[in-house]
Amino acid sequence: MKPVIEVDHLRKTYGKTVAVEDVSFDVTEGEIFDLLGRNGAVKTTTVECLQGLRQPDSGRSRVLGLDPQTQALRRRIGCRLQESALPDRMRVWEALDLFSSFVPDRTTDWQVLLDQWGLAQKRKAAFSTLSGGQRQRLLVALALVNDPELVFLDEMTTGLDPAARRETWVLIREIRDRGTTVVLVTHFMDEAEQPCDRVAIVDRGRIIALDSPQGLIAAHAKSIRVTFSTDQTDLEWLEQLPNVEGVIRHGQRVDVAGSGPVLAHVAAALVEHGIVPVDLRVDQPTLEDVFLMLTERSNCEVEA
Amino acid sequence: MRTVAKMSWIEIKLFVREPLTVVFTLALPSFILFIMGGVFGNTPDPDGVVYRGVGPMDYYVPAYIGLMIASIGLIGLPVQLAGYRERGVLRRFRAASVSVWSVVGSQTLVSFVVALAGVALLVGVASIAYDFNLPQSPGAVIAAFVLSVLTFAALGIFLGALLSTARAAQGAGVLLWFVMMILSGAGPPPEVLNTAMRAISNLTPLKYVILLLQDPWIGFGWDVSVMGIVFGFLLVPALLTVRFFRWE
Repeated sequence: MKPVIEVDHLRKTYGKTVAVEDVSFDVTEGEIFDLLGRNGAVKTTTVECLQGLRQPDSGRSRVLGLDPQTQALRRRIGCRLQESALPDRMRVWEALDLFSSFVPDRTTDWQVLLDQWGLAQKRKAAFSTLSGGQRQRLLVALALVNDPELVFLDEMTTGLDPAARRETWVLIREIRDRGTTVVLVTHFMDEAEQPCDRVAIVDRGRIIALDSPQGLIAAHAKSIRVTFSTDQTDLEWLEQLPNVEGVIRHGQRVDVAGSGPVLAHVAAALVEHGIVPVDLRVDQPTLEDVFLMLTERSNCEVEA
Repeated sequence: MRTVAKMSWIEIKLFVREPLTVVFTLALPSFILFIMGGVFGNTPDPDGVVYRGVGPMDYYVPAYIGLMIASIGLIGLPVQLAGYRERGVLRRFRAASVSVWSVVGSQTLVSFVVALAGVALLVGVASIAYDFNLPQSPGAVIAAFVLSVLTFAALGIFLGALLSTARAAQGAGVLLWFVMMILSGAGPPPEVLNTAMRAISNLTPLKYVILLLQDPWIGFGWDVSVMGIVFGFLLVPALLTVRFFRWE
């Protein structure tokens, strides 16, 4: 696969504040790539450097094989910027019509975008009268109006309700399926876990982990927890089961820590011992657990 | 060119939808001109001193064209541009490969369209309500109009580049506009101003823009030194804008 983005030791400071310390990564064609991190300058600064809106202090980056400062590149990429709005009294259709006129040679039919992003009913509404979610969807639609080869979507689901966010993930996959590489910037864990192929966890100006969401979980959060309640007191046999690493009891509640297929072993053994708990539950680690673990660790290292 | 045309068309629609700028640019100058005409009529001062010796309405119609052009440059343009920067509209344009020349070009073009509408309104109000004379040298008046609009567009784009918020731009613009309205020839006739007022008046671009429009209108010819001063008020802010323009 061709790399669409290549970033090599990117660094950007504002005065004494280091926004991007040292960031390197590649994004390949057709990928949905996510920069995940707490609110902070590093993610947005990184993508702004890649869009040619900022000049990095050092490091090398290439977008679609070009220097990000190349003016011609802007016509081939789409972006939904953080902290950008439209004039209050500009109407939805006028915005789409205007932005598609900037790139006359690569226009898509913006009427289609209007339908896809659920704005058909609002085509004559002024920007200031749109709800937060409608604004977000319009700004995303504007990012796609030039049929970009690569699209940057910075905090695109802020202000959307949970149902609308899920719809957005479906649309993001559709964008990718039509051949556009997608770079997301987000601080929502579920957003990184759901539509993304690879996630770069960013903290304190650096990428501290980069893999598929499943890969991150498998590599960094192996422990699975199985819980249930029982009034049986003798449970020593639980600790002998394969994949079980520890058993903790709080009154009736039992916590079993383990890994791999621990749930199957515990469930089978419980039934065998005549225990059929109604509240048998398993907690798989999520990306959030990985994220918290990794960012806390990196903060500890900094403080130490 | 396509971008400039499209942006200008949308900007004109946005202008019409913005009550503040419509009031200051089109309604207020026409309204004050209407009052002035009712109060002073068009009979020249018998001593030939005030109103440069011509009828008050002949004096005021070109003066109010100047004032209307000034309000485009001092209020409309800076508020729009500073607001665009403040809200990230300029950032968005830049990311969509819009050049600074498209932004500046469309704002200037919109200034011309609005100024033409203003001229039609002012001349319309004056001819319906009062007796006054049309320009003595129409060609020279058109040239003066073009230079005046360009000058205030340059000033407005400079103010919009300099001031960081729409609120600041509005405050500064309205203040400058009122000072110029009173002291630069669109208020009391310049002959009645005292020395201090005249000194301030001499520093304002509107004074020279009004003279530039008025001279050929009332048949006083074309003053090259006035044109030079107006041209200076065009060139200096234009050069400063090139130096200080910021997208965000």
